[in-house]
Amino acid sequence: MKRTNELIVGLAMVAVITVITWGVFAVGDNMTPGVTPFSRDVYQLHMVVLSTVTIIGILVFAAMFTSIYLHRKSRGAEAAKFNHSTKAEIIWTVIPIVILVVMAIPATRVLIDMEDTSGADLNIKVTGYQWLWQYEYLEEDIAFYSAIDRDSNAARQIGSGISPREVDNYLLEVDNRLVVPTDTRIRILLTSGDVIHSWWVPDLGWKRDAIPGMVNEAWTLIEEPGVYRGQCAELCGKDHGFMPVVVEAVPPEEYRAWVAEQTGEQTSEQTADAQTESDPEPMDRTALMQHGEDVYDAHCASCHREDGSGMAPAFPALAGSAVVTGELSQHIDVVVNGRPGTAMAAFGQRLDARDIAAALTYTRNAFGNETGDLVQPADVEPLIESRLDESLASTEKPER
Amino acid sequence: MTDTTAHTDDHHSQPKGLARWLFTTNHKEIGTLYLVFSLAMFIVGGAMAMIIRAELFQPGLQLVNPEFFNQMTTMHALVMIFGAVMPAFVGLANWMVPMMIGAPDMALPRMNNWSFWILPFAFLMLLSTLFMPTGAPASGWTLYPPLSLQGGNSFAFVIFAIHLMGISSIMGAINIIATILNMRAPGMTLLRMPLFVWTWLITAFLLIAVMPVLAGAVTMLLTDRFFDTSFFNAAGGGDPVMYQHIFWFFGHPEVYIMILPAFGIISEIIPTFSRKRLFGYTSMVYATASIAFLSFIVWAHHMFTTGMPLGASLFFMYATMIIAVPTGIKIFNWVSTMWRGSMTFETPMLFAIAFVVLFTIGGLSGIMLAIVPADFQYHDTYFVVAHFHYVLVTGAVFAIMAAAYYWLPKWTGNMYDERLGKIHFWWSTISVNVLFFPQHYLGLAGMPRRIPDYSVQFAEFNLISSIGGFAFGIAQLLFVWIVIKCVRGGEKATAQVWDGARGLEWTVPSPAPLHTFDTPPQVDDSVSAHKDQLA
Amino acid sequence: MAQGSYYVPHQARWPIVGSVGLFLMVSGFANWMNGTSSAVAGPWLAIAGAATVILMMFGWFADVIRESEGGLYNNKVEASFRQGMIWFIFSEVMFFGAFFGALFYARMFAVPWLGGSGTGAMTNELLYPGFQAAWPTNGPANVGGAFQTVPAFDVPLLNTLILLTSGWTITMAHWALKKMKRGALVFWMLATVALGALFLFYQVEEYIHAYQDLGLTLGSGIYGSTFFMLTGFHGMHVTVGTIMLLVIAFRCMAGHFKPDHHFGFEAVAWYWHFVDVVWLVLFMFVYVI
Ligand code: HEA
Ligand code: HEA
Ligand code: HEC
Ligand code: CUA
Ligand SMILES: [Cu+2]
Repeated sequence: MKRTNELIVGLAMVAVITVITWGVFAVGDNMTPGVTPFSRDVYQLHMVVLSTVTIIGILVFAAMFTSIYLHRKSRGAEAAKFNHSTKAEIIWTVIPIVILVVMAIPATRVLIDMEDTSGADLNIKVTGYQWLWQYEYLEEDIAFYSAIDRDSNAARQIGSGISPREVDNYLLEVDNRLVVPTDTRIRILLTSGDVIHSWWVPDLGWKRDAIPGMVNEAWTLIEEPGVYRGQCAELCGKDHGFMPVVVEAVPPEEYRAWVAEQTGEQTSEQTADAQTESDPEPMDRTALMQHGEDVYDAHCASCHREDGSGMAPAFPALAGSAVVTGELSQHIDVVVNGRPGTAMAAFGQRLDARDIAAALTYTRNAFGNETGDLVQPADVEPLIESRLDESLASTEKPER
Repeated sequence: MTDTTAHTDDHHSQPKGLARWLFTTNHKEIGTLYLVFSLAMFIVGGAMAMIIRAELFQPGLQLVNPEFFNQMTTMHALVMIFGAVMPAFVGLANWMVPMMIGAPDMALPRMNNWSFWILPFAFLMLLSTLFMPTGAPASGWTLYPPLSLQGGNSFAFVIFAIHLMGISSIMGAINIIATILNMRAPGMTLLRMPLFVWTWLITAFLLIAVMPVLAGAVTMLLTDRFFDTSFFNAAGGGDPVMYQHIFWFFGHPEVYIMILPAFGIISEIIPTFSRKRLFGYTSMVYATASIAFLSFIVWAHHMFTTGMPLGASLFFMYATMIIAVPTGIKIFNWVSTMWRGSMTFETPMLFAIAFVVLFTIGGLSGIMLAIVPADFQYHDTYFVVAHFHYVLVTGAVFAIMAAAYYWLPKWTGNMYDERLGKIHFWWSTISVNVLFFPQHYLGLAGMPRRIPDYSVQFAEFNLISSIGGFAFGIAQLLFVWIVIKCVRGGEKATAQVWDGARGLEWTVPSPAPLHTFDTPPQVDDSVSAHKDQLA
Repeated sequence: MAQGSYYVPHQARWPIVGSVGLFLMVSGFANWMNGTSSAVAGPWLAIAGAATVILMMFGWFADVIRESEGGLYNNKVEASFRQGMIWFIFSEVMFFGAFFGALFYARMFAVPWLGGSGTGAMTNELLYPGFQAAWPTNGPANVGGAFQTVPAFDVPLLNTLILLTSGWTITMAHWALKKMKRGALVFWMLATVALGALFLFYQVEEYIHAYQDLGLTLGSGIYGSTFFMLTGFHGMHVTVGTIMLLVIAFRCMAGHFKPDHHFGFEAVAWYWHFVDVVWLVLFMFVYVI
């Protein structure tokens, strides 16, 4: 009697699991159907496979629990003697093969479709860095970085006292979104400047690794305007969990307007750049300090902390650091060329002379570092130049 | 297969105390060492999992900082795989294989001692990295470069610890193969061997084939980091993805290393408690061999998102899917063994049944992962985490638990506490599903793995999962207590222990004397555990 | 008394010594590599560990030889040793397989992709414009600077002949052992040892030449990496093999081994043939093609 109870518990459990599975998958928390033709294909494929395996599972478990119920000693079952049946074994070899073939066919079709990246109207190069993304519109001369937004970043610190629930789109918002047109075939070219990352927006239906020194391709065609959020999906170090991807799809006209606005801005910035290149304009202390704080918070604080205290032992404090308070040339060198083999990247590749100069000035005069030094873009420029010449490849060999 | 009688040098000078364990060459004592070590590591690895689950209890960072979280993820996996599951199976093989085939001991007893005693040192080294200033490795158990090359001073220690584990595994595997091929009692033909022995024979082959490949992969990491080589550096003509190919050439067979012996255990337990011979013995053997063969040609299913050429993706997808066929044969054979048996449901049988159900769930989600376009969405999400914990925890670990309950009376001479065993079973089985089932939803809803914090939409399922995790953890403390209690005493066990049990190990007294089968027994179909009408 | 029963030693002190030795050795290496200030102990630890391991090997093998010569081992025990050696060699094959795999992967996939073929079109266009795939290479960034390769039909060919000859001499030694011609046995053994040593001599020569004259180093991109790791690990195996051959030669002089009972000899011969075969594959794929 007691044993029967156990059995009923067992059966009930299986039933509950099945119902819950089906219920929840069907109602919510299932894979998103997404907003591209490809994501819908994937979703359908997922549902077909999920249903198939669920049915297989139910059949197998049903057979087993029937046996458990009927053929138990407590019900007086006597053990039969058979231990082989060629016919049965052939059946249960062939049927699974058939099922697998049926699943493989649509999978193959969808995959072939996805792999063909030709015929794109827009090419965007995406470069992963620890821990932000760089987007370059190859046709448009637009390029910018995209890091986690300030609110999320503040809330996520241990003991921040800010509840994640009070932050909009906690961990899923960035400072600069990737803006793309709808109904356009877009090719995404992925690479990385340091370690492997993976660019993933579930609504687009795929993720692809961003591998240092290699370029991966994928394509998408977004049908509905909207904001689509995702995250870096390959472990890339400490802040892997804080590297969101946000894509804003807008109708083509709106996109053109956005591009015009961006390139307009960029051109003026670029003329400024062009000037700096020939004759970097000196900046005054307040301008350097103000801009420096912005650059520092956006690019340096994730490792060295907002107050420059770092995170020992991996990430040194800049407050009181011998390098930061010491000789300038060394300091510039560390920031422009990085420390190969460590997380300290070569910022000469990511930031321009103005940004770096400002960040250097800021760090030399903040957190109690009172060197009083001003670093001008002109001091930094030559190093960046030589660095660019030297690095044909984007990956540097770590030397130790 | 004649002269296997044992000769020993010193029957009378058995040392006591620590020396006994340090110097022992006895397969049963070494088996015990392995099993105790494995249990200790299970608790260490489990404690790390508890830290992971505690941090993921709610959104926001509360307990640990992100680096430490990554260290926990990495160490949890390394400790569980190399410290808990693999040594547990080797321990079971040490105890049971010689008894099952009628051998006086393992073929190479001194080397057997060495295989074990390397392990504590390897793990001393691995765990010591937690106390190094730069912390433990934090790049995931897969140690993908270039991230793993950024590791601090612990990096070299981790690599060498892995080398030591590899040496230990290879020697252990060589010993098991030599024992099975060379030490069988007269009449114990290959097709009379118990399935546990068969699965271990094939597992040992896999181990010898792939552990050296892992050693090669991590050696390349070491030289890339310290000696200027460019294996995984594109600027020098290498490729970071090449590491993944080499690693997974090891890694995929490795997961079968952790499941084939479990299949063997389940194939012993189900016939015993069904009081009926195993259905389709020969096809079980062939299915095991096919799985092992296929395991060498599916590795890149872990790398579908790295941008492989189309043809390669298709090949690896098809090859992976085919594994469902031999695995299905196993599942169906177990169900057919139960069919029209005369079943009772002691704790080992309960765990075996739960294994069949829950492993199948894990296997079916594995088939979903094999579908490349769908894997573009599943990859590196909690869906994968759910998949592999179903096959590893409710697969490998449940089988180990089943084996422990099944053979404890043979090892200790005492029956374990059946009532506590049942409580342990139900508590574990319910909580483990609360722990891992919701992770399927998390993955599908878009939660990446290896993150210490998540956006609020994932809060509810993580909460449930963590609660399940703590409950499952506490249940394992109960298991530890049950084992201790059984070792210390209890109802005396008979030689056969279970009335449906067949096979040589049940012909020796319980507890099994230190030396069994000094004179080899004669084996025929009536003693042999399994029989197929074809054989 | 021992014939007809399986010898099971009941205590083994050497394994734990070996474990401690291995542990010290690798901790020492790790410490050494890190090169931090606390690393001064590293080299000493490594040396102490290595010494312990060597001590363990001598002690352990001495026990085994004593037991074997004492007639404690029956055919079954020898069959176990045989199995052990076969599977050990198989594991070594797989270890080399990993490095050959790296070589083949780099040559067939990684480098061509960097040069723009197949899925690498955009990699080449965006990251390495102008880089053309070729072998040998040190990659688009010329890691390690310009270098030349070691020509195959020079010292490497000579080394191939040396190893092939040594395969022949050890077979002659085996014949002599089977016919119980002790003098010939010792002669052929020593000849094999000498050939092994000669091989190593030329190999060292070649390395010095590569580093000093050709600019080819371990840091010469993927070519240098695969070249030195493959030939280096092979060289280490030749070194170990030569030492083992020497030990066996001494045992032959001491009158060990019988025509039907000489597993120690056979094991080393197998190992030597394995090293030989690896070299042939290596010669083919590293030097010639
Ligand atoms: C014991 C360990 C174990 C086992 C047995 C398996 C078994 C399988 N695994 Fe799993 N797997 C892991 C451990 C394991 N796996 C781990 C640890 C990882 C993650 C590693 C990491 O990244 O850290 C992983 C990841 C992993 C991936 C990569 C996912 C990703 O990262 O994107 C894939 C993809 O194909 C996969 C597939 C499979 C398949 C097809 C099986 C098959 O063997 C399953 C076969 C079984 C069945 C199918 C059920 C029974 C069969 C029937 C009832 C017959 C009828 C069925 C059909 C016709 C479908 N696994
Ligand atoms: C055999 C292997 C094995 C086993 C047994 C387990 C067991 C468990 N695993 Fe593990 N796991 C892996 C292999 C395994 N895992 C692998 C390979 C990874 C991937 C790593 C990577 O990404 O690199 C992983 C990753 C992984 C993650 C994802 C981490 C991430 O991506 O960031 C999580 C999260 O929930 C998790 C949880 C658990 C839990 C709760 C258990 C439980 O089953 C553990 C239960 C055991 C105990 C709890 C111990 C006994 C009791 C005590 C110690 C007493 C204390 C108890 C309390 C205070 C309650 N594991
Ligand atoms: C991805 C993490 C990361 C980011 C972002 C980062 N750094 Fe660093 N930084 C490091 C690490 C790690 C080191 C230590 C390197 C080593 O071990 O030598 C370091 C070292 C330094 C040092 C040398 C300190 C010393 O005492 O040796 C300076 C100066 C520095 N960083 C400045 C910056 C500036 C300025 C920025 C932003 C423009 C920045 N870092 C952004 C990780 C980072
Ligand atoms: Cu970038 Cu994870
Ligand atoms: Cu796999």
